[in-house]
Amino acid sequence: MSENAIRTKELVKTFPKGVRALDGVGFDVAAGSVFGLVGPNGAGKSTTVKILTTLSRPDSGEAEVAGLDVLRRPDAVRRAIGCVAQKSGVDVQATGRENLLLQGRLYGMGGRELERRVDTMLERFGLTEAARRVTRTYSGGMQRKLDVALGLIHRPRVLFLDEPTTGLDPEARADMWTEIERLASEEGLTILLTTHYLEEADRLAARVAIVDQGRIVAQGAPDALKSELHGDAVHLELDAVETNGRVTAALAHIGDVRDVTVEDGRLLHARADNGARAVPVMLQALEAQGVPVVSVTVARPSLDDVYLKYTGRRFEEADRAAEVTR
Amino acid sequence: MKTLRHTLHLTVRQVRNFLRQPWYVVLSLAQPIIYLLLFGALFKKVVEIPGFTTNSYITFLTPGIVVMSAMFAGGWSGMGVIDDLNRGVMDRLLVAPTSRGAIMLGRVTPQVLTILIQTAIIVGLALLVGGRFAGGPAGAAVLIVVSALLSIGVASLSNGVALLLRKEESVIAAVNLMLLPLLFLSSAFLQQNLAPQWIQDFAKYNPANWAITAGRTALMNGASSSGVMKNTLYLVVFAVVCTWLATRAFRSYQRSV
Repeated sequence: MSENAIRTKELVKTFPKGVRALDGVGFDVAAGSVFGLVGPNGAGKSTTVKILTTLSRPDSGEAEVAGLDVLRRPDAVRRAIGCVAQKSGVDVQATGRENLLLQGRLYGMGGRELERRVDTMLERFGLTEAARRVTRTYSGGMQRKLDVALGLIHRPRVLFLDEPTTGLDPEARADMWTEIERLASEEGLTILLTTHYLEEADRLAARVAIVDQGRIVAQGAPDALKSELHGDAVHLELDAVETNGRVTAALAHIGDVRDVTVEDGRLLHARADNGARAVPVMLQALEAQGVPVVSVTVARPSLDDVYLKYTGRRFEEADRAAEVTR
Repeated sequence: MKTLRHTLHLTVRQVRNFLRQPWYVVLSLAQPIIYLLLFGALFKKVVEIPGFTTNSYITFLTPGIVVMSAMFAGGWSGMGVIDDLNRGVMDRLLVAPTSRGAIMLGRVTPQVLTILIQTAIIVGLALLVGGRFAGGPAGAAVLIVVSALLSIGVASLSNGVALLLRKEESVIAAVNLMLLPLLFLSSAFLQQNLAPQWIQDFAKYNPANWAITAGRTALMNGASSSGVMKNTLYLVVFAVVCTWLATRAFRSYQRSV
């Protein structure tokens, strides 16, 4: 089947306080693929997942999951999907095994079949030994694995992973990546992954959509998005804040240099076919204008650069800004 | 059918988690005992007021304490909802095809079990310290039923408040602001005809008083005494309406996430 497992169109959601969380989000996810929704905190990723998993309702727009309309047939959608929310949903007073058994029963499973499925899940996620321990005693990584196991117990067709690795230490994150790669190779399972780690989407997702302030600003295969950028990213840090436009003017006539943006008056981003060759010329031009440069970075294109190109901001800045305004 | 099945599973979860906190179990069972003995000692002489028709205050007070414990246990129910909200358990249940009614009932039915045990302990203790109940086991059964109905209604309201406001403080405020007046504007501690007229008028619309009147009449005079049936029916309506309201609160919650 080459059908789309998820289809969304023009999703709009405004919170009661008037904050516009989604401002016309639309994307499709092919069945059996891994799709990454990437964006800084507060971009609207979780809100999108909450709508697709029937937890929340949009003000307007359409959404279908596994061929089912999320607004008209929420209960059928619920049976078809598994969801690992951003916030762990583990009942910390129950054991790992009890958590899984209850979850299975809520999906109408029971008896021997459920017992076997629970054992399989525990083993698969390396939780067999801890199965009879109250989950309050689990590490963050173990709780997160149990979350994924809870999302999979009923063999869903579509799995939502909302920031599955946020807050995990590097080792647990690597573990989770391996696990997601393994899931992705499983027959027919569609995964929608949200993350604010660009490298995570780059590694795991076949296609990504970059979300910014409730809108999708770019989507495609990570490699295709990066190759659209043509060339290396050059980042310069200026010694002092420059606001009078002479910086962009100075660099405007260097043939190889494009997409010049200045962030906060001090961080200069540009793109060049050959970064190593462009940098000396750029430095010279800035020197001639009396603009001292503190540091220079040249990098192969990354999703971060894609983000910068479409939003005019660096990803980390946007992420930090979102933390502050929260 | 699904609602019943899910209620059972969620009740099991609730009871199991409750039993994992032994101190909490002991405290919640000991509290009404303390109230019975303290209030019993404090107001011992109340029965000497002219017009008081019972001659043992413990006998009079016992159904009041049972209903009071049930009502407050119900009131605190929302704290568990807040905990589930904070821990993400509520969202997990809502994203699964869990019966919404069962999410509410699964919090309320464990309380009925608690009330059963509490009532046995309180009535047993009252018998030890001199209380006498002409209504016998049938009367005690009625007391349990009306306490459970009141507790279901109050717990549902508490759960609804928790879903709408999502702060522990709001549940605490609602419990103290609503339940304490309901308790004092009832005949829990004092025979109704000895209270000021306005309190008597208010008590007619007070669910706590319905439960106390029905429970006390049944326990002291027998399950088939007049007034028992009427007040029990009021409580059935109260419990059903509150449960329905609380289930509606899910819609409001889901609109706001």
